[in-house]
Amino acid sequence: MGLQEVRSILPEGSYYFSGDEAVAEGAIAARCGYCAGYPITPATETLERLSVRFREIRAVFMQMEDEIASICSCIGASWAGAKAMTVTSGPGFSLMQEGIGYAVITETPVVIVDAQRAGPSTGQATRVGSGDIMQAKWGSHGDNEIIALSPWSVQELYDQTINAFNLAERFRAPVLLMAEEATAHLRERMQVSGEVELFSREKKAGAPPFGTEENNGVPPMPAFGEGEKLLVTGSTHDEYGIRKITHPLIQEKLVNRLRNKIVNHSREIIQYENYYLEDAAVVVVCYGFTARSSLFAVERMRDEGKKIGVVRLKTLWPFATEVIRSIGSRAKKILVPEMNMGQVVGEVMKYASCDVVPYNQVNGEVISPNTIMEQLRRLL
Amino acid sequence: MARDLEQYLRPGIGVTTFCPGCGEAILMGLILRAIDELQLNMDDMLFVSGIGCAAWIPSPHFNADTLHTLHGRTIAFATGAKLVNPKLKVMVISGDGDLADIGGNHLIHGARRNIDLTVICANNMNYGMTGGQVCSTTPLGALTMTTHQGNPFRPFDLCKLVKAAGAVYVARYAVTQPFALIKSIKKALQTEGFSFIEAVTPCPVQFGRRNNLGKPADMLKDLMARCIMKGKAEKLSPEELKDKVITGEFTNGSD
Repeated sequence: MGLQEVRSILPEGSYYFSGDEAVAEGAIAARCGYCAGYPITPATETLERLSVRFREIRAVFMQMEDEIASICSCIGASWAGAKAMTVTSGPGFSLMQEGIGYAVITETPVVIVDAQRAGPSTGQATRVGSGDIMQAKWGSHGDNEIIALSPWSVQELYDQTINAFNLAERFRAPVLLMAEEATAHLRERMQVSGEVELFSREKKAGAPPFGTEENNGVPPMPAFGEGEKLLVTGSTHDEYGIRKITHPLIQEKLVNRLRNKIVNHSREIIQYENYYLEDAAVVVVCYGFTARSSLFAVERMRDEGKKIGVVRLKTLWPFATEVIRSIGSRAKKILVPEMNMGQVVGEVMKYASCDVVPYNQVNGEVISPNTIMEQLRRLL
Repeated sequence: MARDLEQYLRPGIGVTTFCPGCGEAILMGLILRAIDELQLNMDDMLFVSGIGCAAWIPSPHFNADTLHTLHGRTIAFATGAKLVNPKLKVMVISGDGDLADIGGNHLIHGARRNIDLTVICANNMNYGMTGGQVCSTTPLGALTMTTHQGNPFRPFDLCKLVKAAGAVYVARYAVTQPFALIKSIKKALQTEGFSFIEAVTPCPVQFGRRNNLGKPADMLKDLMARCIMKGKAEKLSPEELKDKVITGEFTNGSD
């Protein structure tokens, strides 16, 4: 249990995968034992690949009757001892919100991949968008803290799927992998290393499964069938799972610990990359596919001598507040390009003291480097 | 409940939350009797329940692994757990609103897939926990908090529905037929595949009192008068069958 280095199931080497296939292989590398899903563009190919690959490694694949059943069966599977994952896109992600909240309060490790497409509603199923970032944070009712990752390449869809499983197991929480159609359907070369570092949930017989001495602690997690006589419930509960549905102190203690176990470990969770920040007067804060265009644009303009930098957020939630605060105190202006009407930009405005300028594109296409360059020229 | 069943109850849970006259405490006793007679080990069992009064039968009362889930999704949760650990004996206990209304789609798909689950649906003909609203098993014309002029819609015949969807064992008994119900629960637990029991149960507090059956004894007597066995029902005319609850096994894996 805990952190271990294990052999990769896929032989070490270079592969030419689509993003969806990389997610499937990442799940296999992470020793996912159960995947359930419902067909939806642009995430279906992950399910199709897992339906074949899981037979080879004796894991369980289930196509359920809808996305609600998919996430619920994953939570059941997780409590039966398997690492579990479901894969979907916008409409299915909306249906899963109640289940995500249930995973939060029952502290169930589960990975949810949302290959975002252009919405709202059915929108443009085969076109890209990043409209689900705030839904990832606030989609499920009640206060809760969530972990959400933003990959920018096929390589990272593989790596971050493994990371998502590790975070889910480490913090006993649902982890959202906020992919985008553009990377889900992209094919490019990626590397698989021979060894993979995995985290598996901690077990401790007889220990209370829903509470620890520390107010930011992650309790050990037994499985069904181990004789622990578990009481798992979505109602507010004490450390042994006994429902406490009117007790103010227990409600407050539980909600705070569920938040603190994520927030107080932000430094362990949050990943980001900085490019050309040393002398940058203007900084592009970006994530997902848009970060590819942004970095390309900035490198072109660096060649012209323009002092521009890039911060790429690999983790969206919990938000990289310290990173943004520090950039905001050094840069003159921050540009936040997004494939939505402005979601992460609001967070950047909260923490950056300099000028923050949004650029929003919601036409179902990726933001091109030319567009970013155009926006940057206006700011310089 | 008889003292000899105490071994199946979670220590420290002193009182049940059931209203006076509720049939679900009777059902709780009958389920434990069936488990006791089969000498099942509670450590090998998983009880999955949803939201509503009946969902509180196993959680927190049963001294075993329990999963108290989202409203309507019991069968989906149970499916994931059973597939990952097939050694678990998985029993779903929930109400009619949970399993047949909000969870109706999962119910028919569970039956179609024939996953090895024992599903016990406590049918009290209304939403009890939220104060007595109409649901998909409320009889035509019945008064509830959301049908003050009588339920305008026909109820589901849950046994026909689940049988048609492919369950291998389907039965209906009322808690007023305790010995038949214990026998049926035992059979369901011993049947491999998706088994379903509709356990008709009185709800005098929320349903009965709005339908001239406000005293616990009134509802029990009414059920005793209306429940007839399948064999007898076959000999009755549609007119004579009006208001009757047909009980018995509707499929037991052999037909």
